Amino acid sequence: MPQSFNKLTAIAAPIMRGNIDTDVIIRIERLVGNSIRGTLGKWAFGSLRYLPDGTENPAFILNREPYRQAEILVTGPNFGCGSSREGAVWSLQEMGIRAIIGSGFGDIFFANCFQNGILPIVVDKEIVDSLAADVEATQGAGKISIDLEAQTIVSPSGKRHTFEIDPRRREGLLQGLDEVALTLQRDDEIRSFQTADRTERPWVHFARKSA
Amino acid sequence: MGTSGRTMLAKIWDQHVIAHLSADTDLLHIDRHLLHDLGGSRGLLDIKNRGLKVHSPELTFATPDHAISTAHGRAGTSKIGQELLATLRVETAASGIQLFDIDQPGQGIVHVIGPELGLSLPGCTIVCGDSHTCTHGGLGALAFGIGSSELTHVLATQALIQRRPKTMRVKFEGKLPLGVTAKDLILALIGHIGAAGGTGYAVEYAGSAIGNMPVEGRLTICNLSIELGAKMGMVAPDERTFEFLRGRPYAPKGEIWEQAVAAWRQLPSDADAVFDREVLIDVEKIIPQVTWGISPEHVIGVDGRIPDPQAVDDPARRAAIETALDYMGLTGGVPIAGTPVDWVFIGSCTNSRMSDLRAAAEVARGRKVAPNVKAWVVPGSENVKREAVAEGLDKIFLEAGFEWREPGCSLCLAANGETAGPGQRSVSTSNRNFVGRQGPRARTHLASPASAAAAAIAGAIADVRTLGR
Repeated sequence: MPQSFNKLTAIAAPIMRGNIDTDVIIRIERLVGNSIRGTLGKWAFGSLRYLPDGTENPAFILNREPYRQAEILVTGPNFGCGSSREGAVWSLQEMGIRAIIGSGFGDIFFANCFQNGILPIVVDKEIVDSLAADVEATQGAGKISIDLEAQTIVSPSGKRHTFEIDPRRREGLLQGLDEVALTLQRDDEIRSFQTADRTERPWVHFARKSA
Repeated sequence: MGTSGRTMLAKIWDQHVIAHLSADTDLLHIDRHLLHDLGGSRGLLDIKNRGLKVHSPELTFATPDHAISTAHGRAGTSKIGQELLATLRVETAASGIQLFDIDQPGQGIVHVIGPELGLSLPGCTIVCGDSHTCTHGGLGALAFGIGSSELTHVLATQALIQRRPKTMRVKFEGKLPLGVTAKDLILALIGHIGAAGGTGYAVEYAGSAIGNMPVEGRLTICNLSIELGAKMGMVAPDERTFEFLRGRPYAPKGEIWEQAVAAWRQLPSDADAVFDREVLIDVEKIIPQVTWGISPEHVIGVDGRIPDPQAVDDPARRAAIETALDYMGLTGGVPIAGTPVDWVFIGSCTNSRMSDLRAAAEVARGRKVAPNVKAWVVPGSENVKREAVAEGLDKIFLEAGFEWREPGCSLCLAANGETAGPGQRSVSTSNRNFVGRQGPRARTHLASPASAAAAAIAGAIADVRTLGR
């Protein structure tokens, strides 16, 4: 069941390169296995975070204080594009990230965030750039505050921005809802849909008999 | 306000609504759930651990592709890969899910076997824990990739909560020039509207070039929708679609076939349907494409020059080009053709079907892979492999110096340990040129099967049109 999200005031790290794909967030070989949860945090952003010899790359923002403490990422366009791997979200979560602010996200990554109680916020690029500049002006010490109920972001310098979010998803995050359990409450509806559909579109339902 | 016609997306979507959950979010029935060894095993364990059952095993199908070795005899499958396969076998059997296992007809890359077996049908909702599920849209299905949580949701409920996407229609008009393939069309589109150009949209591909394109090409086009940012891509079903599907093992037969085709004929978007965005591409201006950077949008014609960051005014764009060139070990401003390569990979859910292998074999026939180039052909499925062998394609590749492998995802994403080495340059028929995609620090150039074969022969990125025959 996902954790809930309401308010957060935290260190934020700007990672402004565009098109950071989920392969860059977590390499595939870290995801091969039945029990990978809990092992991923140290591998997030591996190719950016570590040098070829395995040591930390001091130039990467999340290897520097205070950004090591970041719970919020401020990201460039199309963050989380590419592969559907939910391990990308798990790895960010395991390194302590709880919210991501950007001008746009990969569609599947965006949906995966909500499934894990991570809040992805879409705002105009100008706001993203201004938040990043505000954070950098304080060398990262200035925190960003997010209030999901009020749908506001307050920058380190006190600038207040509002954001839009799908009301269903907002409610789901506020309450930490378990979608599987909720949908199973509608199992009668699912089964009556299937019963009618077997007559309507038999080719969908009897594929194995046909083979 | 007058009523306009409906899009194919709207028709398929509305037919699958079990319940409206809000103004734009519905609970949709899922007609086909495809599982693979990487996410499927974990999902099946997940619902077992929650004390749940697979809701509709008769609509769920599984095959190993990601983590298995593609060496002969599957030698070299890692211990973890073997564990995933063992779990998939045990849990699919326990749940009554049909598994297409290794060495059996039906096994293969999940997005190759769905259409090949006739499991993927027009008008179906198809999901899989893999972003390239959009491939199946080439048959007129509503197909999209999902994450692990959604995968568990579908296993447990055979339904999924989805927000209705915006609609985009891309019309490819004109006749394909010499040497230009479906892969080149979709790469050119990504270069034109960008890797986020389709975010939030379901894309319908239309126009004369799509109408005249065989189904396998349409599958390639739809496969790269996600590289455009769109998780769904589709092509209206037509006579080509029906001929492709007729007689496939899991496609309907007899009277039900007739009934299905009649229903499928109703699916195409109405003539007066309105899309949120329209894009027009003149196919006749496209030449064979090749990527130069670390996003599929970093793409140029093979006769072009690598972008020169010095010539770009916008600082963010300049920095992005510099980052990409630095990773790729390339210099801006020079022609891309002639760039030496170490690896050629012909395979993946994008380009591993019979038409792809035939196109590559046509280039390879009677020629030799350049010294120092490692070149692999990995057929998309066991059935593709057998058909290619029956046609003698394996011999053409082997005589030219390619390796002929067993079906699987292989070097597309390197989940099975098959990788290009650090700093090595690969021309690949796959779908992603991301940082480290084919192995840590490996450098990937995406291209069509014919272009990839040309690179293997030339030992460098090459214009297949000038190779002559």
